[in-house]
Amino acid sequence: MTVLRLVHGAAALVSAASLAVTLWTGLADRGDALAFGVLIAVGELTRWSDTRARQAAPLGAAGSLSYALLGADAGRPSQHDAAQVVTVVLVAALIGAVPHIWAGRTATADHLARRVLTVGFAAVCFQPLYNRGVFDSWSGPAYALLLLTLLALTSLCGAVLAAALAHCRTGWPFGPLLREELRGLLGIGSAVVATGAVIALAVAVVGLWALPVFCLPMLLVQLSVRRYAAVRATYRQTIASLARATEIAGCTPAGHARRVAALSLAVGRDLGLTGPELTVLEYAALMHDIGQLSLVDPVPAGATAALPAAEQRRIALLGGAVVRQTGVDAAVAVVVERQADPYPEQPLAARIVRAVNAYEEKTREAGPEGPLRALEELRLGTAGDYAPEVVESLARVLAQPQGARERVPVRRTGLSDPEPGWVTHG
Amino acid sequence: MEAVPARARGYVTGVALLAALSLSRLPATPTPWAATLLLAALYATCEHVVHRRFGGPFYPVLLAGAFLLPPAAAALVPVPAALLSPVEHRPALPRRVWRAAQPALAVWAAARVHGALGGRDAVVRSDFPHALLPAGAAVLAFCLVLTALDGGLRAAAGPVPLRRAWRGLLARSLAAVAVHGLAGLMMAVLWRSPYGPVSALLVLLPMCVSWWVFAQYHRERAAHQATIRALVQAVDIKDGYTRGHSERVGQASVLIARELGMDDDRVEVLRFAGILHDVGKLGVPTRLLRKDGPLTPQERRIIELHPEYGHEMVRGISFLGEARAAILHHHERLDGTGYPYGLAGAQIPECARIVAVADAFDAMTSTRSYSRARPVEAAVAELERCAGAHFDPRMVTALVRALARSGWHPAVTADEPAYGTPPAQRASRTGVPR
Repeated sequence: MTVLRLVHGAAALVSAASLAVTLWTGLADRGDALAFGVLIAVGELTRWSDTRARQAAPLGAAGSLSYALLGADAGRPSQHDAAQVVTVVLVAALIGAVPHIWAGRTATADHLARRVLTVGFAAVCFQPLYNRGVFDSWSGPAYALLLLTLLALTSLCGAVLAAALAHCRTGWPFGPLLREELRGLLGIGSAVVATGAVIALAVAVVGLWALPVFCLPMLLVQLSVRRYAAVRATYRQTIASLARATEIAGCTPAGHARRVAALSLAVGRDLGLTGPELTVLEYAALMHDIGQLSLVDPVPAGATAALPAAEQRRIALLGGAVVRQTGVDAAVAVVVERQADPYPEQPLAARIVRAVNAYEEKTREAGPEGPLRALEELRLGTAGDYAPEVVESLARVLAQPQGARERVPVRRTGLSDPEPGWVTHG
Repeated sequence: MEAVPARARGYVTGVALLAALSLSRLPATPTPWAATLLLAALYATCEHVVHRRFGGPFYPVLLAGAFLLPPAAAALVPVPAALLSPVEHRPALPRRVWRAAQPALAVWAAARVHGALGGRDAVVRSDFPHALLPAGAAVLAFCLVLTALDGGLRAAAGPVPLRRAWRGLLARSLAAVAVHGLAGLMMAVLWRSPYGPVSALLVLLPMCVSWWVFAQYHRERAAHQATIRALVQAVDIKDGYTRGHSERVGQASVLIARELGMDDDRVEVLRFAGILHDVGKLGVPTRLLRKDGPLTPQERRIIELHPEYGHEMVRGISFLGEARAAILHHHERLDGTGYPYGLAGAQIPECARIVAVADAFDAMTSTRSYSRARPVEAAVAELERCAGAHFDPRMVTALVRALARSGWHPAVTADEPAYGTPPAQRASRTGVPR
């Protein structure tokens, strides 16, 4: 939490200082400031609050970075300083954030803090040196490469900042979060960096006309990303519904698949899984019992962990066959298929699903001391069934306060959750 | 398309000759060879990476060439990529020639138009907004030539009738090519600026990323559709008495919805409503669903839970929209004697009334364990008899009208055993259809 306060405090300090300096000196190059302000505000307006998307406002990010690195307007050197950059970006981002705040969407403060700090970093690196004429003697291509390097450096800092903020907010380990951020840099992050550099250079060559012309590809990126995010969310909902088929068929108790998925995700994160691995883990955990749909006689209460090993394996294979049929990533089917194997032969995700499923089944009706006894049983079973490192990780996750674990539902599994009063039919 | 018809061969040869003609002015024009070769290499790389991985053509480099180079040199840019690229289908030679000649001609035309309107000077002076007009005209010319040649090939090679060969081609490609044109213009301007070709390369990065994301979107969407199909197949398997029932109900619902003049989004939702209307049967014991002979009242009550089960399952899938209400209420009757809630008249959602008619129609016209399939006319007569008491007469009339116009030819894709297929076959269906 102290890091969170540090980041917010630094952002507030930078904003206040920049505002004061700008109010004192007045705005230079008002046309540029207005045009870039409008661009950034539009970019922020079209931001969407999907917490899974690393870069929710690529247009706004590219616009503010290019304003930070703007050296000239149609060949005429620009006059604005770093403080003005931060002020313009802050005001535009605030205007663009009004509808988001109005709609009560969260994480606006973090988003603004990140924006102000990264833009401030880029502007402080570039504007003082430029205004003093340090780059005057540089050749064109070298100057372009300089902008690119600065932007890459800025995005690296931005990734560290974002990972730190996410770490504070969720309590998930810092390393995997940083890795995920860095991976995001390779994809859409590189598009943001390239567009930022292109806009800064293009405005220097042709003036403000460059903005509408050169933003279109970025807008395209934004649209594609948005559609991709939407279809991903829909897909997750469908998978969750498919997983609930077993609950509605009376094979498993209500909410079992969802609970196993949530706990598996927490364990997976604790063990350092990231991005696509977590998605595979989540889908596999949701669908781990789907093989029971193929059974003629349902397993009593769906408790597969108590069955003989051969029977468990048979159900797992049936489940794998159903999952393959659904067209989900083949890795998910492999995890479902191998969830009943002895752990040395299993992939990590299958180990997690197996241990978490057993824990969930053992604690289901076990009263207040159930969790401790279930963990104990899992520990004793580690000789062949449950992987020791997974069981230890599970114990760590369970030892965290409930709130820290359950802060997970930024993932959209929550949409298909049954209401508390939901009654299963048998 | 294994063999290439003689007509198509002749057509390709003609286009290739035209392209060669456009290139023949090359020795006479002062050509910036370094830029031409660099652009050609760039285009070949882009085609290799983007086209092979994500599909779809990649025009920004070509259009940048048209904005930067004299026409004959610009026409040279797409040639190496076509000659180097691998060809999936035999025969390779005419395909390679076509892939080189078609864009070469289009780029040549774009460069001619651009040059004639004085665009090249505007690019050199980076004179905005005056550079936009020639660029726009060039993009239009590029698009026109591409689609004209494409349509010609379709007319020459395929069974497509001549006047339908061009339909929709231009409208479909113009928006995409226009965006590519803006990127190309941006490339050209930066190429000529003091910052040089390095900065021009940067323009391509957002385009590639956008492509990559778009390809991922398509992959994910295909996977999603496969999952929905799997849901439906699971029901059909369990409810063994009729295969493809769900999909046919979906088609009949679409027929009715179209006849009622609903917009495309709603028609699509109704297709899903029809496909998924019985999904709740997953929750009903298989023994009951497959039971021969009469059901006891208790067994009937259990089966009658399936709309509620289905609604419970799909409740969390937000894109289904009102299809969820259709799944819950498709067994309601107009006179209020249906289940689960016994709604009557206008209380029943419109989409549920549509699915109810479609469901009954397909149940009558397909063979079931307890009854033979009836002819369409008999089914229609039965529907009309029950209209008012059981079904909404508006929906029945719409179905009758649609049937009278187009007939009933249900095509079912999910008509294969779900869990019995060997893994290899199943795996092949999971990927993106290309």
